[in-house]
Amino acid sequence: MSIVVFAEQRGGTLRKITYEVVSEGKRLAAAAGDSLKVLLAGSDVAGLAEELKKFGADEIAVANDAALADYTTDAYAAVLAAYIQQENPGLVLLGHSAIGKDLAPRVAARLDAGLVSDCIDVKFADGDYAFVHPIYAGKAIATYKVNSAVKMATLRPNVFPVEENAGAGSVVDFSTEIPAPRTKVLEVKQQGGDRPELTEADIICSGGRGLGNPDGFQLIEQLADILGAAVGSSRAAVDAGWRDHQFQVGQTGKVVSPNLYIACGISGAIQHLAGMGSSKCIIGINKDPEANIFNVADYGIEGDLYKVVPALIEKLKEVKG
Amino acid sequence: MKIVTCIKQTFDTEAKITIENGKVSDQGVNLIVNPYDEFAVEESIRLKEKNGGEVVVVSVGNDKTQEALRYCLAMGADRAVLIQDPALENGDNHSAAVALAKLLADMEYDLIFCGKEAVDDGAAQVPSRLAEKLDLPQANVITSFELGDGQATVTREIDGGTETLEVQLPAVFSAQKGLNEVRYPSLPGIMKAKRKELKVVSLADLGLSAEDVAPKAELVQAELPPPRKAGRVLKGEVEEVVAELVKLLQEEAKVI
Amino acid sequence: MDFSYTDEERMMLQMTRDFAEKTVKPLAAEVDKNHMYPRQTVAKMAELGLMGVTVPPEYEGAGMSNVCYSIAIEELSRHCAATGVIVSVNNSLACEPVKLFGNEEQKKKYLADMASGRKLGCLGLTEPNAGSDAANLATTAVLDGNEWVINGRKIFITNGNEADYCILIAQTDKSKGHRGICAFIVDLDNPGFQVGTLEDKLGIRGTSTAELVFEDCRIPRENLLGELGKGFRIALTTLDGGRIGIASQALGIARAAIEDATAYAKERVQFGKPIANLQAIQWMLADLTTEYEAARLLTHRAAYLKDQGQPYAKEAAMAKLMASEVAMKATTKGIQILGGYGYTTDYPMERYFRDAKITEIYEGTSEIMRLVIASNILK
Ligand SMILES: Cc1cc2nc3c(=O)[nH]c(=O)nc-3n(C[C@H](O)[C@H](O)[C@H](O)COP(=O)(O)OP(=O)(O)OC[C@H]3O[C@@H](n4cnc5c(N)ncnc54)[C@H](O)[C@@H]3O)c2cc1C
Ligand SMILES: Cc1cc2nc3c(=O)[nH]c(=O)nc-3n(C[C@H](O)[C@H](O)[C@H](O)COP(=O)(O)OP(=O)(O)OC[C@H]3O[C@@H](n4cnc5c(N)ncnc54)[C@H](O)[C@@H]3O)c2cc1C
Repeated sequence: MSIVVFAEQRGGTLRKITYEVVSEGKRLAAAAGDSLKVLLAGSDVAGLAEELKKFGADEIAVANDAALADYTTDAYAAVLAAYIQQENPGLVLLGHSAIGKDLAPRVAARLDAGLVSDCIDVKFADGDYAFVHPIYAGKAIATYKVNSAVKMATLRPNVFPVEENAGAGSVVDFSTEIPAPRTKVLEVKQQGGDRPELTEADIICSGGRGLGNPDGFQLIEQLADILGAAVGSSRAAVDAGWRDHQFQVGQTGKVVSPNLYIACGISGAIQHLAGMGSSKCIIGINKDPEANIFNVADYGIEGDLYKVVPALIEKLKEVKG
Repeated sequence: MKIVTCIKQTFDTEAKITIENGKVSDQGVNLIVNPYDEFAVEESIRLKEKNGGEVVVVSVGNDKTQEALRYCLAMGADRAVLIQDPALENGDNHSAAVALAKLLADMEYDLIFCGKEAVDDGAAQVPSRLAEKLDLPQANVITSFELGDGQATVTREIDGGTETLEVQLPAVFSAQKGLNEVRYPSLPGIMKAKRKELKVVSLADLGLSAEDVAPKAELVQAELPPPRKAGRVLKGEVEEVVAELVKLLQEEAKVI
Repeated sequence: MDFSYTDEERMMLQMTRDFAEKTVKPLAAEVDKNHMYPRQTVAKMAELGLMGVTVPPEYEGAGMSNVCYSIAIEELSRHCAATGVIVSVNNSLACEPVKLFGNEEQKKKYLADMASGRKLGCLGLTEPNAGSDAANLATTAVLDGNEWVINGRKIFITNGNEADYCILIAQTDKSKGHRGICAFIVDLDNPGFQVGTLEDKLGIRGTSTAELVFEDCRIPRENLLGELGKGFRIALTTLDGGRIGIASQALGIARAAIEDATAYAKERVQFGKPIANLQAIQWMLADLTTEYEAARLLTHRAAYLKDQGQPYAKEAAMAKLMASEVAMKATTKGIQILGGYGYTTDYPMERYFRDAKITEIYEGTSEIMRLVIASNILK
């Protein structure tokens, strides 16, 4: 049997999540003794196959079609479903990204396949997969089994380590009939400039109501600049209009799991923790010794962020040269 | 204009989660309309208020779910349908989508609204699965909606930005926070809700068997996450503390 | 006996709890600190129908039960007792007497205006020499042609500074004692009326407590509310119903204190463990919760009896007596549990404490409640 991974690209560049999912696909293929097949879909994306070879897939299928230039559910679902039907894999993996979240359930429904979304772990034992997915915003961890012939899962970004592997096999073409999409992309707006995307960032600096005013985010941005970090925020800062909602971390915002999360002037409400509790290392900077953030932070600094953060920026400048 | 809005009843987001026999217990938990579904209901009602027509709220659930549906009726939806069946009690997203699709197949609609995901299982599957089963286009995670002639223009969140889409109608839309500001049900709304129709249908009524909705993904067990240990709070002069922190980040946590 | 909520009670609870959390709570500290009348909140509450909860829909009210009304006042007062009483006064003290005693024209105009929230109402009863002894009024109304001419001063009138209409209790014939007392509906947009002193006070600082000054204030003859000479009865009946509102306000304050103290006790660590582990603290919380629940049952029962059209004056007095004393106790113990932090303005506990006190005083002091209860059981 095989494992199929959907390689996500947007605008002709592979997303970081793709490397993560392919890496995990390779590990699972090794454990299950399956082959790993990667489907790359897009327009003018043949060049990206080279890039993907580093991860040791047995086969990279490229669906290159002008009709795939923009991501549309109709077109991409047709390609992925046709490829799955051709390969008849035991497992299909996608990223739990905007595209993966849109595409995976659509294809799962077409194939009547079981799908476990937003997995933080996939285990293979006794000939079956177990899918681990946080529920109730991370307040519980659930393990699922899937009983359909094709099992599908989306993987949470930033959780699965990227690993290169030798032994990549062939690059083949894949084509299928692509229906005219019933949605048309009129405009795509990317935001945040050079900063990494929140869900992909290794480091996130976040600000909350404790900043006191919208200008406070300039300080957070300076800190982020030095660390090459993304900038997040609590809901209180979003509700106050200091920050756009797409930068909100938490239960009703983004779920992130960077290596380092720096919370400045954020109290650590349960709904905020739901979005960043799985970060590998958390720093809390807060002037209230009782702030809940200190109950989860690996390192806390009790003090005024307007004193601590500038000092931290200076120190980082020093060590980073 | 006929609008169908799918809602789910979920735990209050502040609910404390307890596990009993490998499953999440619902003892003493306050139940609410899934917050994202409220945006869907609000958008539906606004569209009806502007263009006339009817909003039907539908849900897969149990006896308690009637409360959630009544709440939507109090907000201003016109009638409600609850799909309730023992065979759906351990259902997954596939089960719910199959049941909803069968119900909707016999209804008239121009638009279908859902929330972008339920805050309990956070799966975000039902809107897309439903769209597929009904062979309709979909637009997920929308933050704006504008009705056109036979189509709608929406903005949806994508990774790192937004996308503007033109979608042929009828279609399935899933609502994200920011789409609108959700109203509270007014007191007269609450009074009127009592008299609005709330129909309960079983799988048999829909012409489905338990097998048709058998889950594809089954929960083996749920457990509480290991508690995150509180770390160290560094105290002292700002310069010293910051120096210590940077050292720890480099040498102990190895994250910079 | 059925202790479960009806659909409408549950929705009322859910809606008002949500509204109070999101809209009332964020302003509560400022409302208190700056003596700020929460005008925008009142406008929003009007849109939701909260200004005329039990008024029938034909007069633009919501037509809901008194139990629903009690739930709403408790939830609003959970976060801001001032907001709670503004609503309670409009509902119980201004709408209710017009609903019960007004004629069709009065209901169509004044009741609909107040129930919809287009206009705000108040009750003018208390005077410098007529407090608990409310019949000892000095304000007079004299018929002159087709107009009543009013002269006198009312004090301590909640909503007095913002109100558009006043249900005024005045003397038309001193010689007849309380049978010479009448009720009137006064449109305060009148050259013979002005707002006098505004009290500075311990709690519920977001509400105005105003002196109302009437000097040759002429109002139309048809603005007599109810029958001639029945004004005192109208006032007492109005206060009976109002006590359900104040009891509910007190419940909201008590619950605020209990919930905040419970949360704090679980987090505050002394001697190496949360103070919630100490029996001394546990017993306080257990007692308070028990008393709060008891007061809530009394209050809901009084509201239920009123809904059933049965006598409820004694029950309303018992509810107000108990709920207000529970509020006072819960906020006192609440500060105790928070220790020094409870005494500072960093926590809302001291505000709850200051707000609680008034519930033992207005719409009849605790002593007067005991009088009412005693006279009911001894009669
Ligand atoms: C259904 C629901 C969903 C929600 N979803 C989310 C979500 O997705 N994300 C989210 O974040 N929240 C969410 N919330 C809101 C959440 O409950 C909190 O209200 C919010 O996280 C608080 O934001 P905050 O920490 O910035 O503000 P606060 O709680 O007000 O904390 C501010 C902190 O800053 C500190 N501070 C102040 N000044 C300084 C200074 N000069 N230096 C250092 N520290 C200072 C204070 O001590 C305080 O701890 C949700 C709530 C609900 C009910
Ligand atoms: C903030 C606030 C808002 C108010 N809002 C309004 C309003 O909107 N409309 C309105 O008309 N009034 C209002 N009042 C007035 C309020 O109802 C009276 O203050 C209350 O009825 C008590 O009257 P008093 O202050 O004159 O006290 P008094 O009657 O002088 O009482 C003083 C003390 O003597 C006790 N006492 C008096 N008589 C007896 C007795 N027979 N037996 C035993 N003990 C007795 C009392 O219980 C009290 O302890 C308000 C008052 C305040 C402070």
